[in-house]
Amino acid sequence: MARVVVDVMLKPEILDPQGQAVAQALPRLGFDGIADVRQGKRFELELEGEVTEERLAQIRGAAETLLSNPVIEDFTVRVEQP
Amino acid sequence: MKVGVVSFPGSLDDRDAARAVRIAGHESVALWHGDDDLHGVDAVVLPGGFSYGDYLRCGAIARFAPVMTSVIDGAKEGLPVLGICNGFQILCESHLLPGALIRNDHRKFVCRDQELVVENNKTRWTSAYQIGQRIVVPLKNGEGGFVADDYTLDRLDAEGRVVVRYVGDNPNGSYRGVAGVTNERGNVVGLMPHPEHAVEELTGPTTDGLGFFTSLLESVMSA
Repeated sequence: MARVVVDVMLKPEILDPQGQAVAQALPRLGFDGIADVRQGKRFELELEGEVTEERLAQIRGAAETLLSNPVIEDFTVRVEQP
Repeated sequence: MKVGVVSFPGSLDDRDAARAVRIAGHESVALWHGDDDLHGVDAVVLPGGFSYGDYLRCGAIARFAPVMTSVIDGAKEGLPVLGICNGFQILCESHLLPGALIRNDHRKFVCRDQELVVENNKTRWTSAYQIGQRIVVPLKNGEGGFVADDYTLDRLDAEGRVVVRYVGDNPNGSYRGVAGVTNERGNVVGLMPHPEHAVEELTGPTTDGLGFFTSLLESVMSA
């Protein structure tokens, strides 16, 4: 089994109301010095068998098609070593 | 005309949309998300609600429902398609319309009667209106902020593809106050406000929304 992690983040020019809510809550709780917060999504895909370039390409396809909306989001794909 | 209204798991406004279709003088046909047969309809409405629980992103799962394969193919051939609220989100996720809808900038659900200005009456769904006409229809959404990059927004403005724009305070942080847009061909229209809730004096703030549904007939007769 191998784990592939897909991180999805809003593009920098897209407003992130959830991240702003978190950023405003932090100083109220005494966590100072945090200039900005952007909130994203993390997907952990458990693969059967080995990770190959071909399967990573498939996962990039899935990230582009379903896991992210390329109109407003960017994504990264990486293999997590056990 | 036969106008199909799609029900997804989590659709809320499919019955109101079907009712609006009938009040406008059409026959409404119930379409099911799991059935890719459009049953010979002349137009399709994607109604409001929370299809698939809004999981992942609003409209992201619904966009891959079997019925959407036929809707997307049809739309590319010129089939009139109207997406209201969640239906607008589905059309953006399908890339039939540009941009995307994100959480309201003030992070609260908004529910109010909303004034809009009609900026394009050349679409299949807005020919019953005058350009510049002000209408009032209900608006109710948590994720209704229309966003797109500047290039796309400039292009929409230059090509007159903003169909309706919010008047007064921006209710949800939509870029440039965009409430609804159309595709290049003018057969696909999506908007966050709910014209189907403003078709009868008894239940709506106005009957201003009816024009979206009567436009279908006018545009056929003038074609």
